[in-house]
Amino acid sequence: MTLDSKIPAGPIEQKWDNHRFAMKLVNPANKRKYHIIVVGTGLAGASAAASLAELGYRVTALSYHESPRRAHSISAQGGINAPKNYPNDGDSVYRLFYDTVKGGDYRAREANVYRLSQVSNAIIDQCVAQGVPFAREYGGLLDNRSFGGAQVSRTFYARGQTGQQLLLGAYSALMRQVGLGTVKFYERREMLDLVVADGKARGVIARNMVDGRLESYDGDAVILATGGYSNVFFLSTNAKMCNATATWRAHKRGALFGNPCFTQIHPTCIPVASEHQSKLTLMSESLRNDGRIWVPKAKADKRAPNQIPEEERDYYLERLYPSFGNLVPRDVASRRAKEMCDKGHGVGTTGLAVYLDFSDTIKRNGKAWVAEKYGNLFDMYKQITGEDGYESPMRIYPAVHYTMGGLWVDYNLMGTIPGLFVLGEANFSDHGANRLGASALMQGLADGYFIIPYTIGDYLASNKFPKLDAGAPAFKDAETSVADLTKKLIAVRGKTPVDVLHKELGKIMWEYCGMGRNSAGLKKALALIPALRERFWKDVTITGSADAFNQELEKAHRLADFLELAELIVRDALLRDESCGGHFREEHQTEEGEAKRNDTKFSFVAAWEFAGTNRPPKLHKEPLKFDYVKPSQRSYK
Amino acid sequence: MNKIASFTTSSVGRKLLMGLTGFFLCSFLLVHLYLNLFLLKQDRGSTFDSYADFMATYPLIRPLEIILFAGFLLHAFVGVWLWIANRLARPVRYAVNRPSENSTLSSRTAFWTGTFVLIFLVIHVNTFFVSSRFFPSGISMYERVCEAFQSPLYVSFYLVALAFLAYHLKHGVQSAFQTFGLKRKKYETLITATALVFWLMLPIAFAVLPLYFLLAH
Amino acid sequence: MSGTMTITLNVWRQRDRNSEGRFALYTLPNVSPDMSFLEMLDLLNLDLVRKGEEAIAFDHDCREGICGTCSLYINGRAHGPLKGVTACQLHMRTFHDGDSITIEPWRAKPFPVIRDLVVDRSAFDRIMAAGGFVSVRTGGAPDANTIPIPKPVAEEAMDAAACIGCGACVAACKNGSAMLFVAAKVSQLALLPQGHAERARRVESMVAQMDAEGFGACSNTYACEAECPKQISVTHIARLNSEYLRANLT
Repeated sequence: MTLDSKIPAGPIEQKWDNHRFAMKLVNPANKRKYHIIVVGTGLAGASAAASLAELGYRVTALSYHESPRRAHSISAQGGINAPKNYPNDGDSVYRLFYDTVKGGDYRAREANVYRLSQVSNAIIDQCVAQGVPFAREYGGLLDNRSFGGAQVSRTFYARGQTGQQLLLGAYSALMRQVGLGTVKFYERREMLDLVVADGKARGVIARNMVDGRLESYDGDAVILATGGYSNVFFLSTNAKMCNATATWRAHKRGALFGNPCFTQIHPTCIPVASEHQSKLTLMSESLRNDGRIWVPKAKADKRAPNQIPEEERDYYLERLYPSFGNLVPRDVASRRAKEMCDKGHGVGTTGLAVYLDFSDTIKRNGKAWVAEKYGNLFDMYKQITGEDGYESPMRIYPAVHYTMGGLWVDYNLMGTIPGLFVLGEANFSDHGANRLGASALMQGLADGYFIIPYTIGDYLASNKFPKLDAGAPAFKDAETSVADLTKKLIAVRGKTPVDVLHKELGKIMWEYCGMGRNSAGLKKALALIPALRERFWKDVTITGSADAFNQELEKAHRLADFLELAELIVRDALLRDESCGGHFREEHQTEEGEAKRNDTKFSFVAAWEFAGTNRPPKLHKEPLKFDYVKPSQRSYK
Repeated sequence: MNKIASFTTSSVGRKLLMGLTGFFLCSFLLVHLYLNLFLLKQDRGSTFDSYADFMATYPLIRPLEIILFAGFLLHAFVGVWLWIANRLARPVRYAVNRPSENSTLSSRTAFWTGTFVLIFLVIHVNTFFVSSRFFPSGISMYERVCEAFQSPLYVSFYLVALAFLAYHLKHGVQSAFQTFGLKRKKYETLITATALVFWLMLPIAFAVLPLYFLLAH
Repeated sequence: MSGTMTITLNVWRQRDRNSEGRFALYTLPNVSPDMSFLEMLDLLNLDLVRKGEEAIAFDHDCREGICGTCSLYINGRAHGPLKGVTACQLHMRTFHDGDSITIEPWRAKPFPVIRDLVVDRSAFDRIMAAGGFVSVRTGGAPDANTIPIPKPVAEEAMDAAACIGCGACVAACKNGSAMLFVAAKVSQLALLPQGHAERARRVESMVAQMDAEGFGACSNTYACEAECPKQISVTHIARLNSEYLRANLT
C-alpha cells in the first residue's frame, strides 16, 4: 500500500481553491440518488449530516447517544479560533496556519492546516447566523479573547460553554433536516462494524442499544465522526461513553491508523479523589494566569497547606522557567507536576496533586476580583471536592484530554478504504503532535461544514456504486461476525466486571504511556497489555443478555477494542524515538528538559495497518514536508 | 377559523384563555365590591337596593350578565380541561415527591381552590341572584343580605370561601401576567402590587361586610 | 472527609418499555463522601455484577453537568436535593451515614421508561425538529459582524441557550410540562435578530409539537426554574407566551 495524501499542487494559498475547481460535481438532480451514512453526530458529524442533506443527498445519521445534543463536543469550554482580525492585532489566515503547525510541533500536514485556517472564518459567520450567542462587546460586535499558544486574540467564545453552543447550533441545523425528512436520524445505535464491499466502504452494522438487535445500514459512502480515544486511559476528561470502537473496527477492516501515540494531557484538572473515581474534570487553563503552582519542599509533607511557611514551598515552575513561570505550555506544566509527585512532593491524600494557590492574588486584588474572573471555576472545584479554593489552595493534576491521532485520511478526509471518510477528532490530520487550545471545535466544524460537502461529491461522481442492499453477503458476513463477537463476550462468564479491567488498562497506559514515556516502560507495557487482554477474554463477566438494553455489554465491546488499540498506541510511542508535542520520550530532551524532536528521522506520519489480533501491525510512513513553516526548537525559559 | 381552533386547543392558547377570563372575572369582582360597599351606607340599604334594581331591570345589563356567566363557565371549563390533560401527562406518579421544595402550595392547588370557589358561587348565586331574579317575592336585596349575613353559619362559609378565593388569586393574578408574557423584571414591582390588590385587599374588603352585619346586628 | 457511609437505596427496576416495573432495595456499605452520586451507583453496579445480577441501567455521559444525559429523580427531587446541580455533580457528602435514598426515573407520558432509570427523551428532538432552528444553509451566512447585537440582549439569549435539555423541568413539573425547555429555545431565537424571520412559525410549530407529544400545560408553579440545573428563568416562558400571542394576533 502506498499512502497518497492527494495534496493538490500549487502555492499553499491556492491549493484548496484549485482543488475545489478540479473536483467533480454531482448534478443537483442526481444528489438524491446517493445515500450517505454518518456515524456520530457531534460537531463534525452533525454539521456534515446537515450540510450534505441541504445539498440534496440522502443521509442516514447514527448516534450512540439518545440525541445529537449529548455529544462530547458539548464539554469544550474555552472557545473557537478564527483569524477574523476583528481586534486589529495583526492576525491573518497565514498566522493561524503558522501557529497551528508550530503548536503541533511540526508533525501535521501543512496543506491541511492551511485549509483549516482558511475556512475557519466562515465557521464563525455560519454559527452566528444559526443563532449561536457568542460573547459581544457593548457596541454589539463580537468579542475575542486570547488563548494559549497565540499572541493574538482570535478566540470567539460563549461564556465557558462554547462547545455546547456550537454543538447546539449544528444540532439545530441537523434537526431542521430531520424535520424536512432529508436526514433519517437513529438514536442509541452503536456502530460495531464497517461493511466493505468490492473494496469500498458501503455501510455499517450497528447495535440498537435499546433492544439489542443488530441493524444493517447501507449507503454509497460512510462518514465516521466518532471522536477520540482518550478513554483508553480509563480516567480522562472525556465523557464516559467516548470510545474507539467505530474507528478501531474500521481499522480492522483495513483503514490505517495515524499517529496513535499523540495524546494530549491537560495540566489543570481536579485530581483523583478515590479509587472509585470514574472520570476527571477539567478546569480552564486560564487559572494559571493568576494562580501560583507549588509543592512542599519536604517530601511527603502532610501539613495543611496554610501551615507550610513560604520558605518551605517550592514554586517549581517559577524556579525552572523564570520568564514564563506558571504560564509554560500545557505539556511542560503537566510533565513537571508529574515529576514533582513522582519525587514524593505530591500533596493530598493520594500524593498525586500539586497546589494552585490564589492567596497572593487575593491579597493583592481582593477576593471579589478573583471571584469575578474565576468564580465559576472555584464553584466547580467546591462542588467536586467540597473544599473552598479561596481559603486554601486548590489541588490540581494533569489528565488525558484529547487525542491528536486517529484514522489516517488524505487531503479529501478519506481514509485508506475508498468511501470511508473520517472527520473531527476521529481523524489524525490537523493538529500534529499537540493541539492548540480552541482548535478542536474549529476542526470539527471545518471538516463537517466546509470540507466534506465538496470532497465527498468528487468521490461519488468519480465512482460507480452497484446496488447493494442490507441482505448482500458483505452485510451478512459483517453482521454474523458482530453477533459472534457478542456471543463470545457474553460466553466468557468470568468473575471480573468490565470496569475493573478497564481501570487496570488505564493504569498501565498512564504509568508507561502517559506524560513521560521511555523505552523500558513502553516495552513493559507491550508485555502487560496482551496479558491483560488475555485475562479479559478469560475472566470478564457481563450480566444481562445481548437482546436487551445492556450497558455492561456496551462497555465490554468498547474495552475489547481499547485493549487492542492500547497496544498500538504503545508500539507507536516506542517507534517514535523522539519527543514532540504531547509525545515526550524521556530519552530525548534538551538540557532544559524540553521535548527534543528528531526531524531527520521522524518527520513522518506513522500510519499503521492492522495485520490480525496478536500480530504486529504493519507500518506505513507518510513523509512530512515543511515548505512554509520551518521547524525550530521551542523554548520557554 | 382554523387558526382560532388551533389556538384554543393548544396548551398555550388554553392558558391564555384562562388568563383572559381570569382578568375579566377580576374586573367583575371590582364592580361587585364597589356595589357591595354601598351596604355600609347608613341609609337602610336604599342606595344599594336602587343599584340592585338597576342591575336587575336595565336591559343592557342582560347581555353583560350572559357574558359574565359565559366567562365563569369558560374559566371553569378550560380549567377542568387543562387539569385532566395535565394529569394524563403523568400516568405513573412518583413514589417519593417533594414539590414543596420547588413551588408554592397556592400554585399547585389552584384547581382545588378554584373548585371550592365554584361551589361557593353556586350557593352564592342561588342565595342572592336566582331567587331575586327568577322568583321575586318582594323582599329587597338589602334584606336578603341582612338575613344571610346575620347567620353565623353562612358568614363562616362566606369567609372560608373568601379565603379560598384569596388563595386562588394569590396564584392566579400573577400567573395571568406571566401567561400574557408581561412578567418581566422591570414590571416585577407593578405586578406584585397589582396582584396584592386583588388577592389580599379585595377579599379583605369583601370580608368586612359580613363581619359588619354579623357584629353590628 | 474520611470514614465511609452505609446507604440504603430504593431503586426503580424495569426490564423494558412494556414491562411492569418495581422498586428494589439495596444496602450499600463503604460509600465514601468524596464519591459522586453516579460513582456510588457504579459501586453498587460492581457489586451486582459480581453477584451475577444485572446492573442498574442509568443514563450518564459527561459527568460534569453539561451534556444533560443524567436524569435521576432522587428522594423526590429532579437531580437530587441541591440547587443548580445535575445528578452527576451531586456528591455523597450531601448525604449521611444510614440515609435511605429513593431513585426513580423521570416520570412523564412523553418520557417512557426504556429500562430501569433510563427514559426516552426523543420527544425533545422532535420538538426541535419542528422549529428550534434558524433556517440557514451552510455557506449562506453574511459576515458575523454584519448585525450588531446589544450585549444585554446577547447575554439574555445566552442565559436561555444554556439549557442542557435534560428534562428536569418536565420531571419536576406537576403537569409534566415542557414549557421551560421549549421556551428556552424560542426565547433565545426571539431575542436574536437572526431568529426574527421565522419567529411566528417557530413558536407555533414548537408548541404544536410539544402538545402532540403529550406534555402537560404550564400552570406557572415555577417548579421548573427551581429544579433546572442551569437555573433558566421562567421569564423565558413569559417570552414564549407573548411570542405565541403575537404569532396568533398578527
